[in-house]
Amino acid sequence: MSAPSRELPRWVDIGLIPLVNLLAAFLVTGLVFLAIGESPLESVAIMVNGAFGYGTGLGYTLFYTTDFIFTGLAFAVSFHAGLFNIGAEGQAYLGGLGVALVCLPLGFLPMVIIIPLAIIGAALFGAGWAFIPAYLQAKRGSHVVITTIMFNFIAAALMIYLLVNVMSPKGSMNPETRPFDVNAHLPFIHDVLAGLGITIAKSPLNLSFLWALICAAAAYAGMKPQRLIIIAMLISGGLSGFLALNEIMGAQNRLLLEFTAGYGFVGIAVALMGRSHPFGIILAAILFGALYQGGADLSFEKPTVTRDMIVVIQGLVILFAGALEHMFRPRIAHFFTKPLKTKEA
Amino acid sequence: MEWLDLIAQVSGSAIRFSVPLLFACLAGLYSERAGVFDIGLEGKMLIGAFTAGTVAALTGSAWLGLLAAVLASVFFALLHGFASITHRGNQIVSGVAINFIAAGLTAQLGETWFKIGGQTPQLTNQERFMSLGWPFAEALRRIPVIGQVYSQVLSGHNILVYAAFLAVPLTWWLLYRTRFGLRLRAVGENPAAVDTAGISVQGMRYAAVACCGVLCGFAGAYLSIAQSAGFIEHMTAGKGFIALAALIFAKWRPIPAMWACLLFGVLDAISIRLQGVPIAGIGIVPVQLMQAVPYILTVILLAGFIGHAVAPKAGGVPYVKEK
Repeated sequence: MSAPSRELPRWVDIGLIPLVNLLAAFLVTGLVFLAIGESPLESVAIMVNGAFGYGTGLGYTLFYTTDFIFTGLAFAVSFHAGLFNIGAEGQAYLGGLGVALVCLPLGFLPMVIIIPLAIIGAALFGAGWAFIPAYLQAKRGSHVVITTIMFNFIAAALMIYLLVNVMSPKGSMNPETRPFDVNAHLPFIHDVLAGLGITIAKSPLNLSFLWALICAAAAYAGMKPQRLIIIAMLISGGLSGFLALNEIMGAQNRLLLEFTAGYGFVGIAVALMGRSHPFGIILAAILFGALYQGGADLSFEKPTVTRDMIVVIQGLVILFAGALEHMFRPRIAHFFTKPLKTKEA
Repeated sequence: MEWLDLIAQVSGSAIRFSVPLLFACLAGLYSERAGVFDIGLEGKMLIGAFTAGTVAALTGSAWLGLLAAVLASVFFALLHGFASITHRGNQIVSGVAINFIAAGLTAQLGETWFKIGGQTPQLTNQERFMSLGWPFAEALRRIPVIGQVYSQVLSGHNILVYAAFLAVPLTWWLLYRTRFGLRLRAVGENPAAVDTAGISVQGMRYAAVACCGVLCGFAGAYLSIAQSAGFIEHMTAGKGFIALAALIFAKWRPIPAMWACLLFGVLDAISIRLQGVPIAGIGIVPVQLMQAVPYILTVILLAGFIGHAVAPKAGGVPYVKEK
């Protein structure tokens, strides 16, 4: 299994093998559906229709896709530097703080000024939260996997404290800030297009989707193995912070608890499936976006299926496409390199 | 004598808080000393808790619940082994996958089977591990120090609490005084040497992750059928990660692991006691700060400011047999 795998055609390596892994994950997912007494095929039909079948559904799919592009790119950037940044969750959480600190006091400014400031705020706070683990890894050799896990929990504690005790309006029992002013709402894509005379279905899909694509393009243009640990981690943290643009500035329009909802961890799977290549990451992000939106529709149509089912499917995809990525490789490699070997003989 | 009573009470609850951490921490110790990183402790605990709650509710037996929890947790531990030992997959990714699957599956199956919001049915006292009062505990309660320690700190826990603290010397003995332990530590430090000696590195690592699974099952069962009367969605609430922090804090050694878990248990017990109560000269300490202390301490330790935590050398690296 060692020598021939190098000879694999490129389409097998980046196309066929991930696809086989994905199929395996979906096969097991089908078994889980059977176990809870639902038809897998019917469920798939509902999910595909929910994710792509109508305008609003597609909009939601791309809305979630935006989150996953950011966190997928974030993980890929650190991965290229040989680092395992699993702190996107905490970095995105702090990114939300950065966005809120721009949007709450500066809501009177025109949108064209607030948006770049919010982008900077998200990047600064996300990168800032990645800085200590990065510094400790670079200078003191503290394992970044462990420190970023710890920082996720420290971030959660910090944000609960801030939202409960400091940032919630006086007299309010809800652990969230007041709503942002209208100028500090990222415009929805359907509103932007309506301004150009194009009508599409309404959805929370907002301008941060375009920003995600720009980030992916920038990563494509500029991604070279980044040897400087600290720089790679700062970029990774900044990209994680952008998740808040989509969720906080684009959809919720206020800072609230746990808006990161595990998206940071899913970014690991997105990056692995996308082979850490920006184009692959976009495709994988669409897949996970579709899973989220399709799963939401499924749990709406079939009350027996909870939204936790999406978490199971994600876990299985991470397992088969990530941890077990080498399981089918030797067999597939064997199949594709056989003729070559006989020729040599 | 009132503050003595308070200390005794806090100590008692600290011990109870530290038990799931201790089981999970020792679990991680077996796995990581053998060179298999495991950030899926949380997931395996959750699976254990759910299975214990389910089986105890269905059979009415806490012991069967515990057994089922261990089996289910071992299954996921072996899955982690299958990915990271047999197929040399990334151990971190495998752990993340198991955490996802556990979180989703327990909530979904709980809802499918019991339809009470992802919980398992409330257990009666006969279906749980209940506190065991030691002889004369009530009578000795009023005797200062000795009596208080006896009746409030040592007595009155359920059997799993004692099992957790027994597991500490047992682990120490296994690890440092048996051939199995020597080999287990060796595959985590220098697998090639073990291989040269004719011992299967993969076999040893599978044995280690299986031990890890057993202890995570105990940790989960403790949560759902000893400490509480049933499983609640996401009831591990990050304990698997605190256990991981404790493991690093203890520098991957069993006896310090117990002290680390007790320390984190004390912090937990104090933070509940101190909720909203001002401390003289400091004011109210935010409960979130207390909850973050284990993580902050671990980062400081990892940074090398208080001692130095050195992980097993071959940790996280799949072993490739030389040809």
